[in-house]
Amino acid sequence: MIRDHFRVLAVDLSSGRGNVLTLDGRETYIGGSGLAALLFDKFGQPDQPWDAPEQPLIFTIGPLTGYFPLMSKTVCAFKSPYHDQYAESHAGGRSALALRFADLDALVVTGKAPTPACLAVGNHHIDIQDVHYLWGQNVDAAGKMLRRMYPGSGHRSILRIGPAGETGSAMAGINVDTYRHFGRLGGGAVMGAKNLKGIVIEGDAAFSLPADKAYRKLFEDVYARMTTTDMMSKYHNLGTAANLASLNELKALPWRNLQQTSDPAIDGVTGERFADDTLLRNAACAGCPVGCIHVGFMREKFMAENQYLYRQVAYDYEPIFAAGTMLGVTDAFAVLGIMDVAEKMGLDVMSAGVALAWAAEALEKGLISEKEAILSLKFGDAQAFRQAMHHLGKGTNDFYRLLGQGALKAAAEYGGEEFACVLGQEMAGYATGEVYYAAQALGFRHSHLDTGGYSYDQKHDDQNVDKAVAFLVEDERERVWLTSMVSCLFARKVYSGELLDECLQSVGYDRLAGQMAACSAGIQAKRWQLRMATGYRPKQITIPKRFHELTTWKGKTDPAYLDALLTAYATAITDLAQTASSEGKES
Amino acid sequence: MKILTTPHMERCIGCYSCSLACARLVHQNLSWLTGGIRIKSSGGLSTGFTAITCLACDPAPCAAACPTGAFSQRKGGGVKVKKDLCIHCGECAEACPVDAIYLDNTSTPFVCIHCGRCVDYCPHACLEMTATALTDTAKEVAS
Repeated sequence: MIRDHFRVLAVDLSSGRGNVLTLDGRETYIGGSGLAALLFDKFGQPDQPWDAPEQPLIFTIGPLTGYFPLMSKTVCAFKSPYHDQYAESHAGGRSALALRFADLDALVVTGKAPTPACLAVGNHHIDIQDVHYLWGQNVDAAGKMLRRMYPGSGHRSILRIGPAGETGSAMAGINVDTYRHFGRLGGGAVMGAKNLKGIVIEGDAAFSLPADKAYRKLFEDVYARMTTTDMMSKYHNLGTAANLASLNELKALPWRNLQQTSDPAIDGVTGERFADDTLLRNAACAGCPVGCIHVGFMREKFMAENQYLYRQVAYDYEPIFAAGTMLGVTDAFAVLGIMDVAEKMGLDVMSAGVALAWAAEALEKGLISEKEAILSLKFGDAQAFRQAMHHLGKGTNDFYRLLGQGALKAAAEYGGEEFACVLGQEMAGYATGEVYYAAQALGFRHSHLDTGGYSYDQKHDDQNVDKAVAFLVEDERERVWLTSMVSCLFARKVYSGELLDECLQSVGYDRLAGQMAACSAGIQAKRWQLRMATGYRPKQITIPKRFHELTTWKGKTDPAYLDALLTAYATAITDLAQTASSEGKES
Repeated sequence: MKILTTPHMERCIGCYSCSLACARLVHQNLSWLTGGIRIKSSGGLSTGFTAITCLACDPAPCAAACPTGAFSQRKGGGVKVKKDLCIHCGECAEACPVDAIYLDNTSTPFVCIHCGRCVDYCPHACLEMTATALTDTAKEVAS
């Protein structure tokens, strides 16, 4: 629905009541990241902890969601259990189109259900059901049950958490429609703290499209760019897993808790290996013809006389790095086996894999014993890591519960902070150089997707701090525009500012077109202001020593350059937040 | 007259481009339901997706059930639709043995008219316009 305001459903789980709100601000906050910031400003409690019942769990879409290809992502915002600060996590699946066809720009969940519950919302209904019998079920089993319990197959989105979310792990994600996730920064624990096992969003609305031909012609043009040019072939073909071989070649792929950046054993876990040996099929988010989701299979002999079971596991570059090279596991099927346990536990596999890599090295160095780890965790031992992933998800003992709060939290207790591969949160798979380390360590989501820092490292040999920081600030601003629409960031080469203006105009958002510079700067500043208000102090972030010891194709890390980048980027972020604060006071 | 068939649904990735194209191009709507082709996950023992669309019956039970002539038999199978004759009774959807007719909340029926405009929007060529409704197996072998 094209409208100059936001239509938001706010559900209070404590009272069991919903409220449809009409909010102004479309021309300032746009949708997605911007709308999430507006809603956190309205509902969030900066001074209360992340698990206070009144804290909001926010899901937002944007003005172009569903109207154009790859406008298929949802922004989830919350106060994170990882750092108790404002956070965003993004996911695809069917969630974005389901919200669109439920005629909602956003869903906000506050309060805490008296018993484990499932919230179902749609164009014509709000329903909260007691589902205490699902508490403790893994993501797979809970998903199957919820599919049977609710109508709307094919035209709904089912979000649910696993044991990790129920036990408050800061690495607990929210699973979306089996193969996608709001993975990072602990959104799953926020659902768990609300006693919310699942959310079912059903969408059955239809909206009139502009009568003139301009919209349909532009759609055709954008669709052709997404499907017939080579701009998206990387994602369609091998998928992001293609990065494994190239980063290994560059000496930029983290191995064995980042003790190496390259290894000849890469042959077992390249994108080609996964495609040739394990790829079962591709899948797509609703509204995206690219189909970047690569679903692999693994089979397991569970009984003599050739009795096998098989499992389907979606893979990407990041999960393969985290459950593969980072753990020294170099068999594609074994990597899928570790990822499968993370899926079922409802763990963010990136954070969990990196945390377990730290545990393996801590055990190797004698900082922890098998009393803590329960197992003999050795790099390359896939079976041990599958079991450890289970313990991490369940929070089996004090050690795993602490590790689930982050590798640095465990290191503060047991030692080994110098080799905890944490850049704001557990690292993503890019050992590309100083700009990336600073970008993830300080970035808003502590994600490789906040900015193209890893790409900057590969394209620049000079050490110009001002230029690098200017790039990070500007690149974040451009991405904020995309994540307010809400586009998949894989489409960032297609959706230029000019094309997005055309798209907005074609559906009737004439007043948003041309506003990219002003609006995205405002949203960027607003997000940082919220982050600061919830306790972020970028100048206090430090980088573990392991990153200082790395050697990539460029040579050894230059600690002085890295320190200068951290100082300058932290100052830039602080300045951005103050911009929003001063504008807020003036208005 | 050719009809829309769905011979290669094993290739479907669940992007909904076909449903969205039908709604956009035939009905001028943004919707994944109000069109002549709907996508559902298969469930059960199989995996993947199923397309729910008109099988081009001849004679068509929905046309026989329509009390006003809004649905009439299409040459080659399926139905011709005259929206202005529809009284929103829902008899057509009731009569369809394969649930291919979607009724919105005003009981307006949406059914495939075999125009083929969705076909080009399928990135994996799951859909085809053909002269006759060959069985899926025959089309698999032929492709």
